[in-house]
Amino acid sequence: MEQGRIIKVAGPLVVAEGLVESKMYDLVRVGDEGLMGEIIEMRGDRASIQVYEETEGLGPGDPVVSTGAPLSVELGPGMLEQVYDGVQRPLDVLQAQAGAFIARGLSAPALDRERLWAFEPRVKPGDAVAGGDVIGVVQENVVIEHRIMVPPGLAGEIVEVREGEHTVTDVVARLRAADGTVHDLTMMQVWPVRVPRPYREKVSAAEPLVTGTRVIDTFFPVVKGGVACIPGPFGAGKTVTQHQIAKWSNAEIVVFIGCGERGNEMTDVLMEFPELTDPYSGQPLMKRTVLVANTSNMPVAAREASVYTGITMAEYFRDMGYNVVLQADSTSRWAEAMREISGRLEEMPGDEGFPAYLGTRLASFYERAGKVRALGSDGREGSVTVVGSVSPPGGDLSEPVVQNTLRVVKVFWALQDQLAFQRHFPAIDWLTSYSLYLDKVTPFWAERVSPEFRARRDEAMAILQREAELAEIVRLVGVEALSPEERVLMETAKSIREDFLQQNAFRDDDQFSSLAEQDALLRVILLFRDKALEALSRGASLEAIFSAPVRERIARAKYLSAEDLAEFEAIASEIETQLVGGEEEEPASVYAGGER
Amino acid sequence: MREYMTTREIVGPLLLIDSVVDVTYGELVELEYPDGTRSLGNVLEVNGSVALVQAFEGTRGSNPAGTKAKFLGRPLELGVSRDMLGRVFDGLGRPIDGGPEIIPEKRLPIHGSPINPTARDFPDDFIQTGISAIDGLNPLVRGQKLPIFSGSGLPHNELAAQIARQSAVLVRSDRPDVVGEKMEGEFAVVFAAMGITFEDAEFFKNEFRTTSAIERAVLFLNLADDPAVERIATPRMALTAAEHLAYECDMHVLVILTDMTYYCEALREVSAARKEVPGRRGYPGYLYTDLATIYERAGRIKGKHGSITQVPILSMPDDDKTHPIPDLTGYITEGQIILDRNLHRRGIYPPVAVLPSLSRLKQKGIGPGKTREDHADLSNQLFGAYARGLQAKELAVILGEAALSETDKAFVAFADAFEDRFIRQGKHEERSVAETLSIGWELAALLPRSELKRIKDEYVEKYLPSQEG
Ligand SMILES: Nc1ncnc2c1ncn2[C@@H]1O[C@H](COP(=O)(O)OP(=O)(O)OP(=O)(O)O)[C@@H](O)[C@H]1O
Ligand SMILES: [Mg+2]
Repeated sequence: MEQGRIIKVAGPLVVAEGLVESKMYDLVRVGDEGLMGEIIEMRGDRASIQVYEETEGLGPGDPVVSTGAPLSVELGPGMLEQVYDGVQRPLDVLQAQAGAFIARGLSAPALDRERLWAFEPRVKPGDAVAGGDVIGVVQENVVIEHRIMVPPGLAGEIVEVREGEHTVTDVVARLRAADGTVHDLTMMQVWPVRVPRPYREKVSAAEPLVTGTRVIDTFFPVVKGGVACIPGPFGAGKTVTQHQIAKWSNAEIVVFIGCGERGNEMTDVLMEFPELTDPYSGQPLMKRTVLVANTSNMPVAAREASVYTGITMAEYFRDMGYNVVLQADSTSRWAEAMREISGRLEEMPGDEGFPAYLGTRLASFYERAGKVRALGSDGREGSVTVVGSVSPPGGDLSEPVVQNTLRVVKVFWALQDQLAFQRHFPAIDWLTSYSLYLDKVTPFWAERVSPEFRARRDEAMAILQREAELAEIVRLVGVEALSPEERVLMETAKSIREDFLQQNAFRDDDQFSSLAEQDALLRVILLFRDKALEALSRGASLEAIFSAPVRERIARAKYLSAEDLAEFEAIASEIETQLVGGEEEEPASVYAGGER
Repeated sequence: MREYMTTREIVGPLLLIDSVVDVTYGELVELEYPDGTRSLGNVLEVNGSVALVQAFEGTRGSNPAGTKAKFLGRPLELGVSRDMLGRVFDGLGRPIDGGPEIIPEKRLPIHGSPINPTARDFPDDFIQTGISAIDGLNPLVRGQKLPIFSGSGLPHNELAAQIARQSAVLVRSDRPDVVGEKMEGEFAVVFAAMGITFEDAEFFKNEFRTTSAIERAVLFLNLADDPAVERIATPRMALTAAEHLAYECDMHVLVILTDMTYYCEALREVSAARKEVPGRRGYPGYLYTDLATIYERAGRIKGKHGSITQVPILSMPDDDKTHPIPDLTGYITEGQIILDRNLHRRGIYPPVAVLPSLSRLKQKGIGPGKTREDHADLSNQLFGAYARGLQAKELAVILGEAALSETDKAFVAFADAFEDRFIRQGKHEERSVAETLSIGWELAALLPRSELKRIKDEYVEKYLPSQEG
């Protein structure tokens, strides 16, 4: 425990001298209050320290004590349902200590030291184990079984196992390594946040993460273990979209990082998630959720750390064999935190004042996503999907954070303010967004949704693209210039936009669509188009076609629930009768299937 | 007392002072210049024995040789008390209304501390401002921060004053189809002026005086000819007072901060003098974080009766919403009310540009019990219809009226009526939500019924005025 002295204070950055034995990224305690800080630069015996708490009142001469260990998180039972700040301090404990406002110099362990967990061993003395092997489990809550693993790097023979109620620091097993040393194993691991947790190998990810948001699942899907970004100007819907994914996606664990955003948005999650039921487990959503809340008014250095804190916890659940979704809202605020610290270090600035290493930091963060075969002999697989929002100044996508992010992510959900102004939500622009996972998920779709789903999706996309071209003509010369077939296409596009793409996150009957519903909905929309063209060729008027009463039913079909799939069939046959008229040839066959 | 005569350099509002001992970051400094001028300042950086101090009241009259700097060993504070109500202070919290000094209940550092997110209570009480463009479409909620984005010459002051005058909370209604009664006398107003003109400040003072709201108001005034750097402290003074009134005196406080643009310019001035790497348009890279430490001081706290609702006003340079000040504000606040020069030119007050305006907390503040069951659907429908009407109008400009379909014509007529009857209202006209909603329904009746897709059928049945004839 080396002690040095402050020689300089500039906002969140403190420079201290006398820390000769300390290392980069060591955690230090600053000032008499012992504020948390981290060494981020060393020159001779001078260490630059970013301080995770407000530095007002610090001055030259104040002590700095190195802990000799890097900034780390505690991993073990008790993380779920918690809200942490950017350096993993449990916010509810801080509130109990200091009240409604966050005071300085508080500290509290991330995992409750008193709480007892029932440890059920999965190994017995004599078993040979290695890093990643599951030595026992704890039923952390009704939903999640917490698997206690041998920490990476350790291997040997189990010499003792202690079943029963234990705290996270109690010894639950002992292991004798090859060199004869005996190691105590507890239910808690400590891991440095800036070091990715090891795994056996990365594996290719091809299973879609079903989010329940139609424009995402059908048009721009992400896979379990994939990386997506969601850039957009303020108020375009980044946070709402991320909350939707946190609520309804079929991941087993959700880690949500509020990185430099609003306090109320965190409160919203805290108040809402315990009340909402996870459609997959039937339990409150909060049971699978971990929150990291370092809001915009909380110290900027802790904001910088928050994404690492979050992703390390995500990796740990991945290592247990879970599919984890990690969301960072917003990565721009993280980048700005880096910029601010870099500015105080007087580093050479790159684009728009961001440090030159912005690109590599972003890339190595997103690189921690992926589907992996975890350490451990059972070959279990887990994944971390990363979804980051980006908040470009003025909505300008050419700025450095967006550009550097686009280099590494595979899915781009571009939010457009014009759509948001028209209250077309989610305001994901279908013309510029993309997903590079489309071909990967197609086999899954073919097997689990329907063989035609991909084709339908592509067709709908083509219609939307054609609409954009035709809209240009309409703008210049009016709708009369279009052929009747083109008018049908325009109406179909409108129906895709309004009846399929638009999805109200605040309507209980709209916020979640299963893939089966999405497929069925797209089917009836395209079926209407087919039958409209048929009717047209038989001489029906456009007016008659467009005013068919069934269109009203199509418009409301998105509010149907998963149990109502048969309804779509009824709509399909109504399309037949209304557009094809008396000559119902084989109405039911037009809409084949429906149960899945 | 540590007093130094060791100023080495003076650059703009900054002083570099040598050979200081035991100085801390953020410490308050009393400066005295050779000509007797005094200024408060605070420490921006301390490096060994050198302190960088920003002078809130400027450096005019200073010179390196004759400047005295006294380090006070504490940060800039405000003495707070309930007795601040009804009083007028300068931008640094000193009384300027000729009244007695405030005897503080306590002294608080003006930077405040962040609210612990777990301690927040979600804002969900609808505030009736009596203004349809706000209540109907972009409702304000108690504890929200909802700025007005304006431009020079637009009536943001009138709008802010009208909000301050009319704001009231409604009693919860136990019927989904009936709006609750208005509760009187709910709000205290804390008003912070940064760099606005004497005339604008007088306008607000008079507004508060004539409505006798002045007894429930606290004013902090830094006017156009007051020192610019002082503006950096002014909103924090105001919010420190507001927090005391809200969380210690159980009051609901409405904070009006105007004009945030001048605040940001003061920040830019200091940043430039420090030769920091500038971000967009010369504003410092930490502008977002700095603004957040102001705006995030709105909210509600569990277990506390009071609340802080913020209505910051900012003028957009060149009416440009992508300028860093409105842009970063929009990224922090919970929506924005945007004023539109076109509507203003056409004589429509309040000239609220409805489409790009947004209240993000709206879904929490409206609906059965809070306002009325049909509120959300109706407002979605009005938005959609107005957007479509404006699009059709654009089309008509290029192709002529004749090119529009019958439906499009209905939407055009709707858009005009909407601006004229829904958005437009008197500066002293207070509409209840129920009135606002009925105007909305009358306008919805101008559209073909099949177009009312965003409203649940049962509400259309219940609330759509029956067509005569
Ligand atoms: N799917 C949706 N359904 C309904 N409304 C939505 C939807 N998405 C967004 N909105 C509306 O848009 C508003 C802004 O969305 P959101 O808060 O997600 O924006 P944002 O992009 O995160 O903005 P910021 O960058 O400022 O945080 C919401 O409050 C809501 O009114
Ligand atoms: Mg957001």
